Amino acid sequence: MTDTTGAPAGVPKRGFLKSLEIDTRLLGMIGAFVVVAVVFNLLTDGRFLTPRNVFNLTIQTVSVAIMATGMVFIIVTRHIDLSVGSLLATCSAVMAMLQTRWLLDWFGLDLGAASLPWLAILGGLLVGAAIGAFQGWLVGYLTIPAFIVTLGGLLIWRNVAWHLTNGQTIGPLDETFQLFGGIQGTLGTFWSWIVGLVATVAALAALWNARRTKVAHGFAVKPLWAEYVVAGIVAAGILGFIWVLTSYEIPSRVLSRQFEARGETMPEGFTASYGLPISVLLLIAVAIVMTVIAQRTRLGRYIFATGGNPDAAELSGINTRMLTVKVFALMGFLAALSAVVASARLSFHSNDIGTLDELRVIAAAVIGGTALSGGIGTIYGAILGALIMQSLQSGMAMVGVDAPYQNIVVGAVLVLAVFVDILYRRRTGD
Amino acid sequence: MTTQTGTPLVEMDDISVSFGGIHAVDHVSVDLYPGEVVGLLGHNGAGKSTLIKVLSGAYQMDSGEIRINGKKATIHNPRDARKYNVETIYQTLALADNLDASANLFLGRELVTPFGMVDDARMEAETRKIMHRLNPNFQKFSAPVSALSGGQRQSVAIARAVYFNAKILIMDEPTAALGPQETQMVAELIQELKKDGLGIFLIDHDVRAVKELCDRAAVMKNGKLVGVVKVDEVSEDDLLAMIILGKRPEHLAA
Repeated sequence: MTDTTGAPAGVPKRGFLKSLEIDTRLLGMIGAFVVVAVVFNLLTDGRFLTPRNVFNLTIQTVSVAIMATGMVFIIVTRHIDLSVGSLLATCSAVMAMLQTRWLLDWFGLDLGAASLPWLAILGGLLVGAAIGAFQGWLVGYLTIPAFIVTLGGLLIWRNVAWHLTNGQTIGPLDETFQLFGGIQGTLGTFWSWIVGLVATVAALAALWNARRTKVAHGFAVKPLWAEYVVAGIVAAGILGFIWVLTSYEIPSRVLSRQFEARGETMPEGFTASYGLPISVLLLIAVAIVMTVIAQRTRLGRYIFATGGNPDAAELSGINTRMLTVKVFALMGFLAALSAVVASARLSFHSNDIGTLDELRVIAAAVIGGTALSGGIGTIYGAILGALIMQSLQSGMAMVGVDAPYQNIVVGAVLVLAVFVDILYRRRTGD
Repeated sequence: MTTQTGTPLVEMDDISVSFGGIHAVDHVSVDLYPGEVVGLLGHNGAGKSTLIKVLSGAYQMDSGEIRINGKKATIHNPRDARKYNVETIYQTLALADNLDASANLFLGRELVTPFGMVDDARMEAETRKIMHRLNPNFQKFSAPVSALSGGQRQSVAIARAVYFNAKILIMDEPTAALGPQETQMVAELIQELKKDGLGIFLIDHDVRAVKELCDRAAVMKNGKLVGVVKVDEVSEDDLLAMIILGKRPEHLAA
């Protein structure tokens, strides 16, 4: 069988969308996002869809989106984690204290030492994973409901963070550390395009490889033209995103300040753009790794099996208790990673960092199609959910809606999104 | 017919299980020969499911011994049971509704690529092969099993056992949720498996199904074994008397 024969004979002719084999739920979410973006663009006279705002939107989304990917696994296994916002604060406090006090006191490192930010990040990630694993142990082995364990965690870790810092704001954070915050650390035009091209090639290779595997086993594949359409959409999406981000130019006064700092003068007509933020790159990496875990590893398979039927998973020899520990540990690790991004973006650690993030994270996962009854959810859905929520919030802020009204709208959208999802499932029967 | 000579495939010897002072299984002994179907009969709570869950590794026995092919077997969990080629098809089917047929078939024993990633394509190919043998009409390979009919789900569950070379198969009311045609399909499947030399424990409420499908029937009441009889030597009424009254048929009483 060769690539060009397309679908084997006997397969009935299918509609355009069916042929593309694109998830209609994904399509719906992208549609919702486009509607939100276009409406706000009209309301703001075109200010919403400027490179600058898209740039800001992406870096504002990263912290919640990273945690939302972990929350998908938590909710898929029929648990909940209300502690992620507080856990983020504890991890942020640990990392801030490590890089400004503890590492200096314990190991005699100097402020500004090259290893300082990395040791701090390592410490924060370990603490996050350990706290997550501990909560998972309470849930999995001691069978305390996750709702209770993490409700306790919500109070405990918020105030452990307060205790660690004596309630102080800790900053400024290390400059290298701050590169993970967003605008402080971007790849610039050249490297952004390199990343974009590599991502495009990798995505196309993955598509081609998937088709080849199907053909090798003699399964039905979609027609070749459909493959090209999908490949074209993917490539256009990635490269378009890079194009938008590299169109956001660094204001010339910022540039000239940079030149001055180096003791040089800025050449006439010199321009540079921000390009892809490192934090967004981090989110993309998390998204890929989490998607691979969900779809291509035993761990992911067991997470979804346990969510679908815990008894079946147990009887199939899956250690569901240990699985719970792993899922919560992963959530803790991701909360710590979000803590890096969130505190770096502020350039300091503050007591209220991550407040109410647990609700944003859960809402993002749920808007993204994760079913609270377990067994169903996708990583890309959660990230899109986070993006839609952030778009709503910052769009309304740009229009001039007061913060309390913003929350009313976001709350209503959450409920509506779940209702639409229920209708969708009822109609498609899955 | 079974030739009851040689070593039994399974000997469950003097098994007792109690939950908080209640003797769910009280010194029960049952055996099973290759190519034989033994029915386990009894009311709800008679202890037949508990007894069989000791063999499948879901429960631990308090006392007694399990021998497989004449050798003492230690079974602490479902994984141990699988090592002895004991496969169980549960009443509730034990399928994850949100996953497709091949993910369920290989659940807990996924095929992986050299990089340790689950190999969905190879698993689907294997699933297609075995389903073609067991249920040639089965087509829904990429749909979650929640979209399948009772018979299709049953065939996925049976395929799971057969694929992994079950020697000892435990079926918990395999035809309870099925229509007449699908019941017939399962009956034929059981005959196939017998020919391959498998031993099958079949738990059922339905006396007629046991008469039809089984070689011997073990009847339990209140956690105790009433008796083991060859189904050809007893009537349905005899079996019912054993289940309800706990009385061995008089013409067999020694």
